[in-house]
Amino acid sequence: MSYDTATSARLTAEFSEIQARYPSARSALLPMLHLVQSVDGYVSPDGIDLCAESLDLTPAEVSAVASFYTQFRRQPGGTYNLGVCTTALCAIMGGDAIFERLSEYLGLDNGGTTPDGMFTLEKVECNAACDYAPVIMANWEFFDCQTPTSATELVDKLRGGEPVSPTRGPDRLRTFVEVERTLAGFSDGLADQGPSGGAASAAGLEVARQRGWTAPAREGKVS
Amino acid sequence: MTTLTPILTARWGKPDSWRLNTYQADGGYKALAKALTMKPPELVDLIKSSGLRGRGGAGFPTGLKWSFLPAPDGGPRYLVVNADESEPGTCKDVPLMMADPHLLLEGIAITAYAIGCNHAFIYLRGEVVHVYRRLMRAVEEAKEAGLLGSGILGHEFDLTVTVHAGAGAYICGEETALLDSLEGKRGQPRLKPPFPAVEGLYARPTVVNNVETIASVPGILANGTSWFTSMGTEKSAGHGIFSLSGHVTRPGQYEAPFGITLRELLDMAGGIRQGHELKFWTPGGSSTPLLTAEHLDVPLDYESVVGAGSMLGTRALQIFDETTCVVRAVTRWMEFYAHESCGKCTPCREGTSWLSSTLQAIQAGRGRPADLEILADVSGSIIGKAFCPLGDGAPSSLTSSLKYFRSEYEDHVALGACPFDPAASTLTEEVAA
Ligand SMILES: Cc1cc2nc3c(=O)[nH]c(=O)nc-3n(C[C@H](O)[C@H](O)[C@H](O)COP(=O)(O)O)c2cc1C
Ligand code: SF4
Repeated sequence: MSYDTATSARLTAEFSEIQARYPSARSALLPMLHLVQSVDGYVSPDGIDLCAESLDLTPAEVSAVASFYTQFRRQPGGTYNLGVCTTALCAIMGGDAIFERLSEYLGLDNGGTTPDGMFTLEKVECNAACDYAPVIMANWEFFDCQTPTSATELVDKLRGGEPVSPTRGPDRLRTFVEVERTLAGFSDGLADQGPSGGAASAAGLEVARQRGWTAPAREGKVS
Repeated sequence: MTTLTPILTARWGKPDSWRLNTYQADGGYKALAKALTMKPPELVDLIKSSGLRGRGGAGFPTGLKWSFLPAPDGGPRYLVVNADESEPGTCKDVPLMMADPHLLLEGIAITAYAIGCNHAFIYLRGEVVHVYRRLMRAVEEAKEAGLLGSGILGHEFDLTVTVHAGAGAYICGEETALLDSLEGKRGQPRLKPPFPAVEGLYARPTVVNNVETIASVPGILANGTSWFTSMGTEKSAGHGIFSLSGHVTRPGQYEAPFGITLRELLDMAGGIRQGHELKFWTPGGSSTPLLTAEHLDVPLDYESVVGAGSMLGTRALQIFDETTCVVRAVTRWMEFYAHESCGKCTPCREGTSWLSSTLQAIQAGRGRPADLEILADVSGSIIGKAFCPLGDGAPSSLTSSLKYFRSEYEDHVALGACPFDPAASTLTEEVAA
């Protein structure tokens, strides 16, 4: 199997667009692989071939790069990638319990995908949201301060086709392939949605406000 | 008493805090306008004399790093902002970029001008898509306003900023691995020297700085170096974001002068969660040795934390109370390093996976008394023998926990089980309530 002419022409054109962002075309490889995932849902053999052709590399060279990075799927996965953080802090604060519950609820081991193609369940490493532990990254959007119950509710809503909002993200959770297109650097116009941050981000600010603390005034007059 | 100093965090939580007009209404991009009237070497000197040190973990003096670039030879020079934020516990750069991307962009423009760079990159970890949206949008807005692009603010200065999303690999936070990754390769560390200042991105002179480092630059320019050094300690000048997570009443980001203590921070954060007490904590992420309640009054500056037997790292204060099994925490961190080891050198590749499986056995109650010696031996054969600091830092939580909590390891072996109830340490009840 390989891409139909229209798809391969579009991908090739978009590969060039990505390459134009860099002084050297090869720097585009990671975003190109994100773009491949936005079409195929994983890093497909066709995608690898097309990347290789576009950068004058061998498919083996492209695969070697793709396999180094955890965001690149080696086989097709779910419309929703549920990544439960199970690095020490999240794990202890409840991430292990969340993963166990989801694993039972979905009947999946780490890395598995439901037969209907809706969900892939993964353990992920620390995602820079420790002050919101335990965290679930659904299609790489933040779902902060989760519990086993909120996790299964998330699954139920997605299954029922109800809109779901990430805690710190766009109004509505996008699908895996949609998000992969954004990660390839193609704007989806959603930057202005969602909050500035969450309560924990502003925790110190709130204390400073309550206690009347401010940063020192600037020195003299700016010359 | 130390008080909080919201500077980098000042706009967080404001409506539309990420928009250009919000930033400009607060005086944003005035520091850039000022910088462009100065000579680049003056800017490098200014940052040198501010005492600003890198906020990505190692604390290297920023102005000094910039001054290592060789004299211009007409070829390109690059600035690469390290936005990989993946050290466990570290969660300051992501909220900064989400809430206030223009602060970072202004810092980038000033730094690029100072080092003679016309193309800068932000290497963002790929697993935070909303941050990527905000950064891309901010670059667009800045371009439309003539704050990026060519002839910036009427000066002969051109700058392109490319925001690049990675694809998941902790090691890509190490600056040379990051550069390889940005060149479209597997992200594995390079041999140093040559240092990036001499041969960095595409083998050209390159400055790699952390997000928070670069975001601190506009403030120094706008307010002056004595303003900056009025905060912090003599050798650890200025303000920084302290990230509290875990068993605290109000986890979150607390921006304070360097030298604040955990006791003071905990007071601001409402203390350890109710009914519990502090057991152990990391001062700067999982690669820094654990500290205990003994260390509540250690000033959180680079020198004092080293004096206490650890490292300030990224100021990622992960807090654990007495319900936590330290062996479990350490096992999970070791699994992290085994997973993230890039495989380039043997001590780290083999050592981290051996440590991780030995720890798993102990934690599960399958450990033997001799395993404790194995843990010490294997740690010893990684530290100082690894190719990059990932390996050197990997055993930190293990060796320090053996120092403070050895009996807990022995109990696991003697009991043939973990004496802790994992449910007791979850936040779940509080969160659900
Ligand atoms: C394994 C490893 C991971 C790292 N991760 C990061 C990171 O995510 N962000 C960061 O800024 N620095 C990270 N660093 C430090 C960088 O190598 C580098 O020192 C830093 O980006 C320099 O910027 P600074 O001087 O502004 O701190 C890491 C280092 C190692 C060894
Ligand atoms: S120490 Fe670990 S991460 Fe660093 S080069 Fe060696 S194997 Fe790779």
